[in-house]
Amino acid sequence: MVEVHLWSGLRSLTGGQQVVEVQAATTGALLRELVRAHPQLQGPIDAGVSIAINGRIIASGLAEPIPEGSEVYLMQRLRGG
Amino acid sequence: MALDDRKSEFNFVGTRPDRPDGLDKVTGRAKFGADAYAPGMLHGAILRSPHAHARIIKIDASKAEAHKDVKAVVTRADFSDKPEFKPGLEGEFWNVLENVMAGEKALYDGHAIAAVAATSALAARDALKLIEVEYEVLPHVTDVDKAMAPDAPVIREGAADYSVPAGMHPNVVRYHESGHGEVEAGFAEADLVIEDSFATEATHQGYIEPHACLAMLGNDGKGELWCTTQGHWYAQKYCAAALGIETAQLRVTASEIGGGFGGKTTVFIEPVALALSRKANRPVKLVMSRSEVFRATGPTSSASMDIKIGMKKDGTITGAQGIFRLQGGAFPGAPGDMTAMCGFAPYNLTNVRQVGYDVMANRPKQAAYRAPGAPMGAFAVESVIDELCKKLGLDPIDVRLKNAAHEGTKANYGPTYERIGLVETLEAAKAHPHYAAPLKPGQGRGISCGFWFNHGGETSVSLALSEDGSAQLMVGTPDIGGSRASMALMAAEVLGIPYENIRVTIADTATLGYNDVSHGSRVTYASGLATIKAAKHAVEKLCERAAVKWGIPGDAVKWEDGCAVPSGPNAGDFDPMPLADITADMGATGGPISGHFEATPEGAGVSFGTHIVDAEVDPETGKTSVIRYTVIQDAGKAIHPDYVEGQFQGGAAQGIGWALNEEYVYGEDGRLQNSIFLDYRIPVASDLPMIDTVIVEVPNPGHPFGVRGVGETGIVPPLAAIANAVSNAAGVRMRQLPMSPPRILAALKENG
Repeated sequence: MVEVHLWSGLRSLTGGQQVVEVQAATTGALLRELVRAHPQLQGPIDAGVSIAINGRIIASGLAEPIPEGSEVYLMQRLRGG
Repeated sequence: MALDDRKSEFNFVGTRPDRPDGLDKVTGRAKFGADAYAPGMLHGAILRSPHAHARIIKIDASKAEAHKDVKAVVTRADFSDKPEFKPGLEGEFWNVLENVMAGEKALYDGHAIAAVAATSALAARDALKLIEVEYEVLPHVTDVDKAMAPDAPVIREGAADYSVPAGMHPNVVRYHESGHGEVEAGFAEADLVIEDSFATEATHQGYIEPHACLAMLGNDGKGELWCTTQGHWYAQKYCAAALGIETAQLRVTASEIGGGFGGKTTVFIEPVALALSRKANRPVKLVMSRSEVFRATGPTSSASMDIKIGMKKDGTITGAQGIFRLQGGAFPGAPGDMTAMCGFAPYNLTNVRQVGYDVMANRPKQAAYRAPGAPMGAFAVESVIDELCKKLGLDPIDVRLKNAAHEGTKANYGPTYERIGLVETLEAAKAHPHYAAPLKPGQGRGISCGFWFNHGGETSVSLALSEDGSAQLMVGTPDIGGSRASMALMAAEVLGIPYENIRVTIADTATLGYNDVSHGSRVTYASGLATIKAAKHAVEKLCERAAVKWGIPGDAVKWEDGCAVPSGPNAGDFDPMPLADITADMGATGGPISGHFEATPEGAGVSFGTHIVDAEVDPETGKTSVIRYTVIQDAGKAIHPDYVEGQFQGGAAQGIGWALNEEYVYGEDGRLQNSIFLDYRIPVASDLPMIDTVIVEVPNPGHPFGVRGVGETGIVPPLAAIANAVSNAAGVRMRQLPMSPPRILAALKENG
């Protein structure tokens, strides 16, 4: 299982949970499983999210592996100038 | 992306060769957006709203259309909200269309209402006067705090997304909250807690080249577009959607670019020129005036912020909280979330909470401006840290070092940092002669740290070798900061041929795969990574061809210093074969040799900087002079150090303008009062001291050569560093930007 840390603004969509557990080996699977467990997360995920795995920020890639025991944070999609 | 081939010793990378575009630019040969012409070309002009907020009741263009010089008039009806070949425009795409050409309402002073194409630029401007628009003027709001107030006019009902808590005004369209620990417990542990409020005004990116384009679109749905842009694939995708044509049928070529800084990451006039061209069946050129650039293209957000930080007597920060309200014009998109995440990012905090609001107001749609959202947050946070240091009698660099984030720190926005270089920038600042230099009476010194995320993004690169051994490199990221030079250096490093033998071209959308916009400080990182990989791809083929010539297996050849060599004693005894000897007869050994790479690199690596500023305030006039400035920033690895230093200096120069003079001034009528450079004061050479630079190199583990983007972080610390210097010089805390002479005089007066 992967422990996914959400930003606190998402707690209202997960019944108050800021850390949710899903079974996923890649970033794409993680997003799918998050929506399956918490359908209300579809909105923020569609709006764009990035995933930090052990501190490395994956901006958009769905095929990035998530090693067992990784620290995983969901983040809002980053923008730049 | 796994990187198993990190390199730390270099022959070409880190040198300072001449810039490849230098001669073109000093002789006027470089072709910018307005430098394109076509046979039969018409000139376009855009009619803009004089109202900050108004319903468009009726547009009567019949008189303009009847004029002999006018060949086409377009309004919103000439664009497609639901293109035939792709799903209907929604979200940000819809917002961009609404900004390109108003629909039911004019949302800000300068919003495009209609456009004409005529036989001359003068005729086009004159024809605008023949278009009659009936408006119902609506109440407006331009201030961020007023736009959130219960009685504020609603700009667009239903624009808020899921994130906005119930009960907020409809102008609040997005909400971000993050952090960890318990801030109240943290404040209780502190020996001193300071809570204060800050405000910054919107500023413009101030690029010297106004938006300009030349568009051709036939009724067969095939088009050509030449424009000044940071991202021509975005322009292609967006324009094709807005015009209802297939993406691949529109070829977009990026001109030389006269500055962008984030403001040219979207489209404004390009879809309008294409729509006019389609209607007139002639090429149409559109060039914005400076006033149009100010009124209708992206300034930054303005901001209103509340910061509360608790500190122990030894300088330990025990709790930190920031509320950041950003106004981003009449559309969702103000980067309140970025401001919130970046403000406290330099620090290792046990208890931290940050909240960001994205608020709409009747102003132009904000656009990115180097590290969008981060500079204002740093201004507020670093001002409070400075005040805490002063009240507790602590050295501002020591306090920042004591609290500095490092590898393993849990970032304020959540994840644990990989290897980062903040501590190294602070140590370099402390050791720099600037920090120990004495100050004269009336002068003050300011320190600030700054953070930016950086980005990867979709990237395609092709490299083609010529028979004489020279190389053509095609990248898709417009060169806004010297990337042609850094790409050539990275390719030279891999191929082992001189920098001068490589020509780098910004390819058009028909000749290379998709590329994300030049933004997010991504180009040297992502296009650089792709260049290295494309060059390695070519090297693999060069080794195979040498093997063919020697009659040995391909895997028995390796590449060293620009030559194929046998990989070991068993491979055979052959003299090294230079690249040009292989390419000379490549047609006979298997055909042309090229290298390619396409990917979305995901290892950009975050970046930190520390700035030192000395300022002198004239108590009689309120004028501030920046008398010494030092930028210290982690570049990971500086590919072409001249350009890296230029980015550092440019960030500081723009930051000086933002801190001291630049601001959007709106009248009570909601109209922009200062839409020319005479009234909107950007720094000129005589306003600036020599800006000293120190490049720190803590390699990014996500890039083969260790590169971290440097384009944006440099504008994060200046607002705060200058505000701290001015506050220390004037003896009064400056809480509002810009610190223009009238504001300084008012603050001095208030302070007695």
